[in-house]
Amino acid sequence: MSVSVRDEDVADAAGGREEGRRRRSVALLGSLLRPVRGPAWGTVLLVVAAQGAQVAGPALVAAGLDRGLPALRDGDPVPLLLAAGGYVVTALLGGVLTAATVRASARVSQAILLDLRRRVFRHTQLLSLEFHERYTSGRIISRQTSDLDAVRELLDGGITTLATSGLAMLLTAASLTVLDWRSGAVLLVAVIPGAILTRWFQTRSQVTYRRSRTASARLIVRFVETMTGMRAVQAFRREAAERRRYGDRAEEYRSANDAAIRLNGVFDTGLTLIGNLTVATVLVVGGLRVLHGGIDVGVLVAAVLYARRFFAPLSQIGMFYNSFQSANAALEKLATLLAEEPTVPAPQHPVALATPRGDVRFEAVEFGYGTGPVVLPRFDLHLPAGRTVALVGETGAGKSTVAKLLARFYDPRHGRVLLDGVDLRDLDPADLRRAVVMVTQEAYLFSGSVAANIALGRPGATRAEIERAARAVGVHDLVASLPAGYDTLVDKRGVRLSAGQRQLVSFARAFLADPALLVLDEATSSLDVPGERLVQDGLRTLLADRSAVVIAHRLSTVMTADRVLVVARGRVVEDGSPDELVRAGGRFAALHAEWRASVGGAGLV
Amino acid sequence: MSSSSLWRLREWARPALARVALGGLAGLGASLLALAVPQVLRVVVNGPLLSGGHSGAVVLAAGLVAALGLLEAFFVWSRRALIASPGTTVEREMRTALFAHLLDLPMAFHDRWAGGQLLSRAMSDLSIVRRWMVFGLAMMVVSVATTLVGVGLMLATSWQLGLVYVAGAVPVVWLGFRFRQDYKVVARRARDQAGDLATTVEESVHGIRVLKAFGRGDDALEDFAQQADELRSTEIVKARTLSRITFALGALPELVLALSLGVGVWLASAGDLTVGDLVAFFATAAVVNTPVERLGQLLAMTMDARTAADRYLEVMDTVAALTDPARPRALPEPPAAGTRVELSGVHLRHAGQGAGTPDVLDGVDLVLEPGETLALVGLTGTGKSTLLSLIPRLLDVTDGSVRLDGVDVRDVGRAELRAAVAVAFEDPVLFSASVRENVLLGTPGLSDAEAEERARGALEVASASFVEDLPDGMDTVIGEEGLSLSGGQRQRVALARAIAVRPRVLVLDDPLSALDVATEAVVTERLRQTLTGTTTLVVAHRPSTVALADRVAVLQDGRITAVGRHTDLLAEHAHYRYVLTAMTEPAPDSAVGVTR
Ligand SMILES: Nc1ncnc2c1ncn2[C@@H]1O[C@H](COP(=O)(O)OP(=O)(O)OP(=O)(O)O)[C@@H](O)[C@H]1O
Ligand SMILES: Nc1ncnc2c1ncn2[C@@H]1O[C@H](COP(=O)(O)OP(=O)(O)OP(=O)(O)O)[C@@H](O)[C@H]1O
Ligand SMILES: [Mg+2]
Ligand SMILES: [Mg+2]
Repeated sequence: MSVSVRDEDVADAAGGREEGRRRRSVALLGSLLRPVRGPAWGTVLLVVAAQGAQVAGPALVAAGLDRGLPALRDGDPVPLLLAAGGYVVTALLGGVLTAATVRASARVSQAILLDLRRRVFRHTQLLSLEFHERYTSGRIISRQTSDLDAVRELLDGGITTLATSGLAMLLTAASLTVLDWRSGAVLLVAVIPGAILTRWFQTRSQVTYRRSRTASARLIVRFVETMTGMRAVQAFRREAAERRRYGDRAEEYRSANDAAIRLNGVFDTGLTLIGNLTVATVLVVGGLRVLHGGIDVGVLVAAVLYARRFFAPLSQIGMFYNSFQSANAALEKLATLLAEEPTVPAPQHPVALATPRGDVRFEAVEFGYGTGPVVLPRFDLHLPAGRTVALVGETGAGKSTVAKLLARFYDPRHGRVLLDGVDLRDLDPADLRRAVVMVTQEAYLFSGSVAANIALGRPGATRAEIERAARAVGVHDLVASLPAGYDTLVDKRGVRLSAGQRQLVSFARAFLADPALLVLDEATSSLDVPGERLVQDGLRTLLADRSAVVIAHRLSTVMTADRVLVVARGRVVEDGSPDELVRAGGRFAALHAEWRASVGGAGLV
Repeated sequence: MSSSSLWRLREWARPALARVALGGLAGLGASLLALAVPQVLRVVVNGPLLSGGHSGAVVLAAGLVAALGLLEAFFVWSRRALIASPGTTVEREMRTALFAHLLDLPMAFHDRWAGGQLLSRAMSDLSIVRRWMVFGLAMMVVSVATTLVGVGLMLATSWQLGLVYVAGAVPVVWLGFRFRQDYKVVARRARDQAGDLATTVEESVHGIRVLKAFGRGDDALEDFAQQADELRSTEIVKARTLSRITFALGALPELVLALSLGVGVWLASAGDLTVGDLVAFFATAAVVNTPVERLGQLLAMTMDARTAADRYLEVMDTVAALTDPARPRALPEPPAAGTRVELSGVHLRHAGQGAGTPDVLDGVDLVLEPGETLALVGLTGTGKSTLLSLIPRLLDVTDGSVRLDGVDVRDVGRAELRAAVAVAFEDPVLFSASVRENVLLGTPGLSDAEAEERARGALEVASASFVEDLPDGMDTVIGEEGLSLSGGQRQRVALARAIAVRPRVLVLDDPLSALDVATEAVVTERLRQTLTGTTTLVVAHRPSTVALADRVAVLQDGRITAVGRHTDLLAEHAHYRYVLTAMTEPAPDSAVGVTR
């Protein structure tokens, strides 16, 4: 059970090189910020105003002391009251503005997150199965959870921190330069080691945070796979082995985080150091000038205090930059995901198909999965509308593959698949989905009510329609007997329902969808015989003059078809009506004989 | 539980506590030094510079400031260095403990819990706790300590003004308390919604084939977007709550200062206070107000961590209902003829079953004689799979007992029991690993040669010759959940996996459903040969599968209503005939094949 996650960087390298990666993530950030430009600047303004209110406080204290005190001594309380009253106003104003900042920045960051979440979700839904199989679900999940968390962390405090600290530093530097430009110059010199340090941190933390993102994805992959296969893990006593492997991944993730925190610690320390040494330098330079009568002591004191204050918000900025780097690594991954082109792309100029009939033509089609071996060697096939065609053949022959090509889960390597004369590649995806519906071999239920699961076949269906579909496949009585009937929740993998019941529910979906061409892939394999019989009765009415492709191993389903195709090793080896084929005495006839024998002798068809 | 949940984390944090405390001290040292530097500056400036000293004194003074700066930087560095690895180590320990606990919890738990909720606990909740431990906790201590020291200084400077300041703290504390209450509720809601969102993401990925088959990507997106929007609203409510305390913590201390200004100047004018003291008071107050303002953020961070810890502990506190016995008994040596399996008076009720419905298994009595193969037949949803999971104890009986060679399965350690009982589930449950690893999942500790032979043998029995045609043969990695194999191929790998264990009891849940008739016949034949001596219970929906069995048991309405040979039952048992052939009309009360 070694992880099939390929080396993330290898996988991502397919999406672009180093430069491209950075550029993409910056472009993504830009495109996320653009729609909220207004509110974002508004937030910055609020921050500036709040800063202003806070700065006013000390000035008012000074006024109270310098003017209020002498005036009060002279028996005039007005200046003091004015100062104190003014202070009250700025205090309230400052509080209100800061509170407003908190709200505004939450609004901005949440809007960005919602946008990003939607984009990633939408894009993964658009990507083809081929991509999903290569990328693995665990990694897609980690992109949409853990990576989004990293972005969220940046957004949560980002704007405010950057605006507050940046503004404070700017104001302080300006004041210092106005006060004594030489001290200001010292400050400017300090920018050089600061820039070098930042550059160093940037490159190092980029590596570290990428490592951390990759490690987190691998950890999630393990988690998801183990939870999904928990039944087998427990039944085959894999607990200890899984624990060990998860432990290794957890340690990988830990060490990446540890490295990131330490790196940030060095950065922080470096910034503190540069700040403190600069203050000492300002003190030396200024102090010597004081001794030589260059400046007043008062100016020196102020300069030194300003220099200190200049560096105070630096640790905040360091923190911001840290979370920026972390979010950037996540954005790189997300941008790479968003840059994936679907291998089954939507048509440039979609052809509409208003009234599909379900006439299918495979023209010189050849297919294999990914870069793997050819599964279906070149073949031509015409399935006229309104007929039920059965595909039979030994397992692994390629029946499901044909069905998946029909539903355009994949595009053929060669040739084309036509529905009513339109290449599936040109067909409007919405029309294709309305025309062709496939019940897959795996019955997957989503958490939610039974009704919602059936309604997946046709959103907006009324309860009566849902019930009609359920009745048609014979699952109505079961559903009605559940604690809350159609509103009963089925848990994550639909485990509350038995395998057969699950299959019936997914069958009911197809009934409800009512497509022109219905593709059933082993849709009754887990049903008992009476259940299967019931479904077949339902199918007979449903398929009366509809096009259908039915894949089944149970010949009971196949015998009612208009036409049977026997598939072997990706080729159609027999083709004809069931009776013809039985009479012809080929493979199908043999299958038929065996089947007759296996159902317990004659008469039990 | 919640007020103590962070405190309870010390169970995992204990090895790290010393370093976290030291780190906190380093942080405190750094911020006290930061407070001290201006004082030193003042002294230096007032001393050598004002009294017209010489350049040496200035350089010395600057050196002192630089030295203090170095010390501060050292403290900053050691805080990170001290806390980083214990913080992340505690996180890892908690994470692996959670994982281990989840592995220990029975399937009944996993059936109920959505994947995303567990994932979000294992990932983001624990990150929140770690961040709090690495940053929040130390900053909280530093802020509180700085505030206390500052308030002490203020009281020392002027007790009247100090008292005014302290009086201002009363509403702050009260508001802080109120805030905690409000924030707790929204923080929890936000975390839960984030978990639900993760669940939706997970399902949208695992169910991608269904969504694509029905073209429901856009509807899924709509649902997702709506959920994400709910989370956004909650986050905004959270921010609103936070903004209230931010307002209070920002405005109140400043208001107190405004009041102090009035009172202070008035006192000074009356001569009860010197102007110098007044200046010193305001200088200190300016320093103290910063940590007070930060307190809101820190409080929020702490509450978030507490919520995360709550959610974590919720899972950790779930007692595994299905555990190893305190004193496990060993299974007796396997008898030569094979193991006897006995179910007596077995009742089973699923947790999610509606009230008033009868138990799924309502008094099952069934004996599998040593070495025999027994088929279990019943309608869809009668509880066949449920019954099967009782034998390897993936599920526990609600009443009655299951015995292997006379020993109750609940008296045996789970590992030993599951080594004796191997299962092939109705859905294959494969892993993204090589075919070999999948087949040998339940056979640890074999030598390479043995393993090779075992895997080949098992695949042979399952008639899985297709493996040789795969690109890398047995070493071909099959995609996630085995989805790069065809349905029938998957099922045969899962069957081979169960056979490879060479168990005493083999449990097969409809193992041939995805096979074509010809392959089915081959597998049946080979199974019959291999299974001699292995007691086997096999669920069958088709006569062809029944052909595997020596005898057949009919499960009907939660009971075994008949056991016998296929042909006899076919002739005598109306329900059996109905289940396997749908021939005879059933009694009117079970007119539909899927009742129950
Ligand atoms: N996603 C995939 N990636 C790579 N190979 C695949 C994938 N799906 C199927 N195959 C391979 O393609 C071949 C045909 O598989 P397909 O699922 O079409 O068979 P099938 O006729 O439906 O068989 P069954 O009756 O067992 O369902 C098999 O050899 C299988 O291993
Ligand atoms: N976790 C659960 N909670 C509540 N009910 C459950 C749970 N698991 C199964 N059930 C119910 O118990 C009944 C028996 O389920 P089980 O899976 O054992 O049926 P089965 O006989 O194996 O059916 P099938 O032939 O379809 O596989 C079903 O009605 C099912 O809905
Ligand atoms: Mg198939
Ligand atoms: Mg079952």
